[in-house]
Formats: sequence, C-alpha cells, structure tokens
Amino acid sequence: MDYTKRLNNTIQQVKPSGIRRFFDIVSEMDDVISLSIGEPDFRTPWHVSKAAIDSLEKGRTWYTPNRGFEKLRDEISSFVKRKYNLTYSAKEEILVTVGGSEALDLAMRCLLNPGDEVLIHQPSFVCYEPLTLMAGATPVVINTQQENCFRLTAQELEDAITPKTKLLVLSYPNNPTGAIMRRGDLEAIAEVIIKHDLMVISDEIYSELTYGDRHVSLASIEGMRERTIVINGFSKAFAMTGWRLGYAMGPAPIIDMMTKLHQFGIMSAPTVAQYAAIEALRNGDKDIDKMRDEYEMRKRYVVGEFNAMGLECFEPNGAFYSFPCIKSTGLTSEEFCTKLLASKKVAIVPGNAFGESGEGYVRVSYSYSLKHLKEAISRIKEFLQELNV
Amino acid sequence: MDKLLRILSENSDYTTSELANILGEEEDAIETRIADYEKNGIIKGHRAIVDFENVEDSGVTAYIELKVTPLKEKGFDEVAETIVGFDEVASVYLMAGTYDLALIVKGDTIQDISSFVSRKLSALDGILSTATHFILKRYKDDGVILSEIPDDERRCMQF
Repeated sequence: MDYTKRLNNTIQQVKPSGIRRFFDIVSEMDDVISLSIGEPDFRTPWHVSKAAIDSLEKGRTWYTPNRGFEKLRDEISSFVKRKYNLTYSAKEEILVTVGGSEALDLAMRCLLNPGDEVLIHQPSFVCYEPLTLMAGATPVVINTQQENCFRLTAQELEDAITPKTKLLVLSYPNNPTGAIMRRGDLEAIAEVIIKHDLMVISDEIYSELTYGDRHVSLASIEGMRERTIVINGFSKAFAMTGWRLGYAMGPAPIIDMMTKLHQFGIMSAPTVAQYAAIEALRNGDKDIDKMRDEYEMRKRYVVGEFNAMGLECFEPNGAFYSFPCIKSTGLTSEEFCTKLLASKKVAIVPGNAFGESGEGYVRVSYSYSLKHLKEAISRIKEFLQELNV
Repeated sequence: MDKLLRILSENSDYTTSELANILGEEEDAIETRIADYEKNGIIKGHRAIVDFENVEDSGVTAYIELKVTPLKEKGFDEVAETIVGFDEVASVYLMAGTYDLALIVKGDTIQDISSFVSRKLSALDGILSTATHFILKRYKDDGVILSEIPDDERRCMQF
C-alpha cells in the first residue's frame, strides 16, 4: 500500500535529523562512553519523589483540572515571582503541560497561520523548526556567532525580519552552546521586537542553571510581557525529565487558547507528577543550589581541559553543555565525532545537529560525574594527540 | 567545608591543574592549600579504595560495641588511646547512645577476632562489656558503592 498518499503532507515533509546516520552508529556500539546526554544525571530529590509516592498511596490518581492543580499553579506563580520577578495569575495565565515540549507545540499552533514566518536562532534545540513546519508556518533561521557569545543581537534580529515575520523563538540559557542573554542583551532585542510588533516564545527551561549571573526572563523586560509566552518546566531545574511536566505562562487570551488545545489533545498533565512538582517548588531550592554547584565545578573542569588541549571553548554560562570549536583539527563536526567514536569510543554530538551554524563545533554535555568526565576527557586528549594537531 | 577536601576525599587522583579548573582557582593556590593541609595533618595520606569483597583471603571484619567505665580525669580517652595501639583495630569512635566506644576490627579469621576480643580487649581496665558483630557483606564504604553499580539508564544520545 502506498502510505505516502495517506499520510499528512506537512508532516511527511518534515525532514528527520541530518545526522541520524551518526546516531545509528552510536546506538549499535557497545561500551561507548557518552558525553552526549541532554538530561541531568542527578536523581529527582527524594522528598519530591516521596510526595508522589504519598499521593499514590492515598489513591489520588484522578484527572486534574485541565490547566493543572490550582495549588500547583499558585506555587508556580510564587516561584517565578521570587526567582525572576514575573507576575502571572495562577487562575488565568498559567497552563501546566506535559513537559516544556507540549507547551512549545501548543504555543506554536495557537499563534501561527500558514504563511507566517518564525525566527529561530541557531545553534539551538532541534524541535523549533519541525514544530513551526507542523504548525503550517515557515521557519527563518538566524545564525548566532561565537564572537557575540552566541547571543542574539538586535542587528541580527532586525536583518531577518520581513513583513511576514510573526514570531521569534528565543532559547536561553541555550542548548547546545551554554550561552545566556543578560538584561542589556534582552533590552536591545526587545526594542526591535516591539518596533516590529512581533510575538515571542521564550523557552527558558534551563533558567535555574546559570553560573555567575542569574537568569533574566524576557517577560520581565518592559513592554515584553504582553507579547511573550514563557515556557519552563521541572525537568532541568529539579532533575525530573521522566516526570514530563512543564508549564506555559502568558497573556490570558493566549493561555485560554492553548488550554483549549491541551484540553482536547491531552486532557491534563500527569496527576502524580503534579503532586511531586508542588513539593519541588515549595521545598526544592536547596536541591537546585546543590546541583547547580556541582554542574559549575564540572563546567569549569571541562572548559578548562578543552582550552588546555587546544580546542578553543567558549565560556558557557548556563545549561550543562560546553561547545568547543574543532575547526583547528581541519575536520568537520561529523568527521570529528565519527573518528572519535571509532578510535576512542567516546560519543559527543556534532554541532551541526543544532543547525548549520553549529558546523565546526561539538556539543559536550557535562551532565556526568567528574570521574566519568575525567575518563572521557583523557580519551579525547589521546585522540587529539594521535590526530597530531 | 573546603570543596578541595571534599573532592580529594572522593578521589585523590586529580592533577593540580585539574583541581584548579574544577575549583576555578590558580594552581599555585591549590598547591599551597594541599601543602598546608598535609603539614597540619588534615590530609593524612592518599590510598586506594579497595573492594575487599572481591579479594580472596581478605579476612573478616567485626564491628564491636564497648561499654566502658570512664576514668575521673581522662574520661574515655585513656582506654580509647590504648585500643588505638592494637594493629587489629582499623577504627575507633566515641559514641552517643547505649554504648560508649565503637570499633572496627580486622583479622584473617573469626578465631583471630575472637581471641583479640577475649584476650586483649576484655582484659583492659574499665571494659564493662563487649558486643561483637561480624560484617557479612559491604554494599557501600566511605561513600563508595561496592555492590554492582547499575548502568547509566539514560539514552546514550540525546539532543
């Protein structure tokens, strides 16, 4: 049977990742030492898991309201006030979703019409382009530059805007570069966003993992709240990836529309995870501090070692990735990663997986113990020595 | 507590330059601190963490609770200091609770430990009673998991 005629055209046109071949090789190899994971290595703090277990023991296993438990939305509201000075009404402006990913998808589908252009800065997380296409709109890529610390500049933004531009997807702290946007950087782009009357989806999932400067939310910049949907969640801050819980915050008319989609497509986010999340927000600050501290040590170690071995490494200030430049080896990102995997069994992700502008870089996750990192780094050192560069 | 001590107590195998990177400090500063710790007896030495569970003929270990009559001047210190001198004794702790001293004692055989308890330990002045527990299996020692560590269950490749 010819399924191409039966499947949705738009979805068929979304291309799978270009580096799938590399991923296939990795998944078939044994004894690989990986530095390519994009989730915390920590376990969910025990008191958080315990809250979930308690809820199960008490048989609290029904649906929650579509928007999520009101007490969870209350906690989210006070958390983002305390952390980022954001003011969102728990009743009308917050929606609890199945991970930040669902929130992104809902926001795209609620904002976009066919023909709209969506600005996506790259290197960045891989889902923004496909989600744009599946919402029927057109992605327009902006390549950020290492000389600007991989931040999105007002000029780059201005240059990419056309009369069709409707939405910017902003993703800081950034996966894969580890870049952050400081207040001044956000104010500069906010001016352009307001001037051209754009909307923004601000994916701030790594907001609790910044080193040095604390995270500044785009929605806290003057004039931005009314045109921004902030996406956040529990995966990275509280080491809760598998619980699949995130949230969106924005103006009530948009959140209403997203709730409508969520209600018909999902019903409500997992109940057990919502109980855990309430506990995380109430009593989890110390856990975040501890994990952040640990990531920061690892970051300094990894970045220091890469610079020492001659692979220039931009100083990441957020998330848990380093993004060393491998241009000095004369290899492409994929060649570098494939050879490293073949000769030393170390798996890292080619930078071009995150957009063409990631070519010449590799993403190295430091979401691993120092012991694991030390072993992997020593293998990469050997690899470079054998390459003779 | 100084992070340097925490890291070294988990693994003393880092070079000064690695420690400098991890802690975001200068190498000289790290070297000076380690030298000071060694001079002041805070760092007593470096050694391998051996999983004796998997070593043949690694002997037996007992955990011994001691009840002791404290002496007027020196309290429990005098008897503790005598016990510290026995080669069989690996650790000595003063405890709060239902007994006074806790010992970790090592020997080649159960008989070795039994004779240590009956001949050396019980014979000391001030010992009221002993309770000896033999360790059957070690799962975790000094923060190091000795039982089989499960593989990293995270998917190997992720964006």
